[in-house]
Amino acid sequence: MIEGAGPVAAFWGLSALTLLAAGGVVVSRNLFHAVLFLIVVFLGIAGFFLLLSADFLAMAQVIIYVGAIAVLILFAIVLTPRASRDNAETRMAPVALVAGVAVAGLLIPAILDAEWRTLSSAPALPVSDLGRELLGVWVLPFQLASVLLTAALVGAVVLVRSPREEREEIDEEERR
Amino acid sequence: MSVTLEHFLTVSTLLFAIGLFVALSKRNAVAVLMGVELMLNASNLALVAFARLAETSLAITGHVFVVFVITVAAAEVAVALALAVAVYRNRETVDVDKVTSLRA
Repeated sequence: MIEGAGPVAAFWGLSALTLLAAGGVVVSRNLFHAVLFLIVVFLGIAGFFLLLSADFLAMAQVIIYVGAIAVLILFAIVLTPRASRDNAETRMAPVALVAGVAVAGLLIPAILDAEWRTLSSAPALPVSDLGRELLGVWVLPFQLASVLLTAALVGAVVLVRSPREEREEIDEEERR
Repeated sequence: MSVTLEHFLTVSTLLFAIGLFVALSKRNAVAVLMGVELMLNASNLALVAFARLAETSLAITGHVFVVFVITVAAAEVAVALALAVAVYRNRETVDVDKVTSLRA
């Protein structure tokens, strides 16, 4: 439980900001505007992390999501210049709407109905603990994550290489 | 006035539902990816809320899990956007309705 006028006001403000921005991703008719709304959602989530005293995760959220992923998405949009940018829905949009409403309509009553065992006083979760866990219990998944990142990096480079570059490389190898 | 775990989980669920709608309904492959990112963020919010507010001896594990989710999301978005660019190079479109060459 989080008490105090400041945190409670911050919660409601962040909720309104995040959900309205997420709505903006849905309704904006320009793909660039949708990405800008998505950035606002990412920042709102970072604010939630701060409110939940996960300061390291808040910073990681800003750096990775706003700094890297949003920029990557913008790159993908400008690299596909002749694709339509109207952010339109497919014919299946009503089905998708039913799916979304069903998820929310099933989960929210379940959440409100459940008996959560919550703490009255919050535990301190310092970053040093997170680092110790990552390099202790979770060291194998941590290493696997670095392998995954390397593989994703190489895969992305291979996928976006232009056919011309590939031909040049093959020619060079044949000459050798 | 106070904010409880249920409040955070409700916001997370709403965000997830919006992300699901975006991922299922948008025509542009990049927009579909934005929906996936929304869903991942919603799950991260739920994980951090559980770590802070639920009664558990493994609270920091929630934070560890969020770190892994962010890592995998970064890897996934890089590969998916590379795929979108590769599809665009061959077909001049990233409309998921028009990329149907595997349809029987």
